Amino acid sequence: MTDAVSTQTAPLQRTPLYDLHRELGAKLVPFAGYEMPVQYPMGILGEHNHARAAAGLFDVSHMGQIRLTAKPGHDLAATLETLVPADIRGLQPGQQRYTQFTDANGGILDDLMVTSTGDHLLLVVNAACKDADLAHIRACLSDRVEIEPMFARGLLAVQGPKAVDAVARLAPAVAAMTFMTGAFVRIDGAECYVTRSGYTGEDGFEISTPRDACAAIARRLLDQPEVKPIGLGARDSLRLEAGLCLYGHDIDTTTTPVEAGLVWSIRKDRRAEGGWPGATTILQQIADGPARRRVGLVPEGRTIAREGAEIVDGAGAVVGKVTSGGFSPTREGPVAMGYVARAHAAAGTKLALMVRGKPVPCAVAPMPFVKHRYFRG
Amino acid sequence: MATIKFTDEHEWISVDGGVATVGITDYAQQQLGDVVFVEVPEAGRSVEKGEAVAVVESVKAASDIYAPATGEVVEANAALASAPGDVNEDAMGKGWFFRLKLANPSELDGLMDQAAYDAFVASLA
Repeated sequence: MTDAVSTQTAPLQRTPLYDLHRELGAKLVPFAGYEMPVQYPMGILGEHNHARAAAGLFDVSHMGQIRLTAKPGHDLAATLETLVPADIRGLQPGQQRYTQFTDANGGILDDLMVTSTGDHLLLVVNAACKDADLAHIRACLSDRVEIEPMFARGLLAVQGPKAVDAVARLAPAVAAMTFMTGAFVRIDGAECYVTRSGYTGEDGFEISTPRDACAAIARRLLDQPEVKPIGLGARDSLRLEAGLCLYGHDIDTTTTPVEAGLVWSIRKDRRAEGGWPGATTILQQIADGPARRRVGLVPEGRTIAREGAEIVDGAGAVVGKVTSGGFSPTREGPVAMGYVARAHAAAGTKLALMVRGKPVPCAVAPMPFVKHRYFRG
Repeated sequence: MATIKFTDEHEWISVDGGVATVGITDYAQQQLGDVVFVEVPEAGRSVEKGEAVAVVESVKAASDIYAPATGEVVEANAALASAPGDVNEDAMGKGWFFRLKLANPSELDGLMDQAAYDAFVASLA
């Protein structure tokens, strides 16, 4: 047997929950420069199923939080729109949107969440990209925008059908929130910013906390009978079932939002105007259809195709590559996503995935693999 | 009375007469986490010592299983197809992978016995 987990000796950062993870018996691994819990004693399968059935607490403090404020005489939303394709000017206070930083070729530098507080825009970006994102924003916007990295803050995700019961016990106001909205809420005496969002396909919340309050709030949440701690292992299988892209795997600078199936995040009025990096390429792809597209793939049988597996057509020709693949605990079988040439992208198309040199028959399938259960009011 | 030997790749091989049963150790299943798929070799297949002959997949990753000795596969554990979790629950028992008719039983002489394997695992901690 060979162990696939690699080891790393570079100094790793720790989130405000490091001691709590140790106390809870987490197995810690290097992830995006942080020492992060990949699983707790319950195990990845148990954690995954608990998040789908009740509620899971995830430490996502490694992700980057950035606050943007307009400098006098400048329009904050219009300024951010010069870097992303989403409609930011249309964000009402308390509304949240998903978007991407794109490069001049239309490739994705990172994907992020943007929330308007009215006075500020709050960004949540990926851990591995946060320093580059900050440099990008500073280089492009610092003449018009005050840029405040808040990388030391805590960020907790509570996800699952019972997340609202648990979080509302500590902060009753959150029960009235709907999907993709945010509000300042006091929890355990600390001022937090809560959004009703997450990355598991379930209803739930992300709670931005002061660094010093993070562990106490996490403990209060874990005291709730619905809530168990969930590691990165189950976070990955949950987001894969939900058909959501993982940066550095399903999307990166070689993929555009159109190829990735993220056109829904680009509003019609912005498509008419353009005005963000790579807009020409992206708008051309929207008009003509991209040469390749991200699709869901469901293999026959139980063989798991993982990232990097080649996708072949009936004649054995390579038509694409798997970008995420694994076992779906909810479906009790393997699922994958990857990019295929457009001719093969229709749902129901029969293809095969090359696993250990052998073709495993699969079909292109609609995503998500497990139905989203967001609370839309 | 069966003799159990261990490889440094964390397979166990239990020999009774000329037939050996092969699986992964309890330490191995703990390291892997939840096993969700096992691919076992077909009966009748001839395998060389050290050859990758089976695959165990956890939620996280796939790992190859190597033949601890040369021989012919005489039986595979078909139950693992529907119950891969047997590997986690009972790695040294119902979680066995395949049975091998040994071509050269003296190959096992170079493998670890229980005490040596326990010491090996302790050295990894």
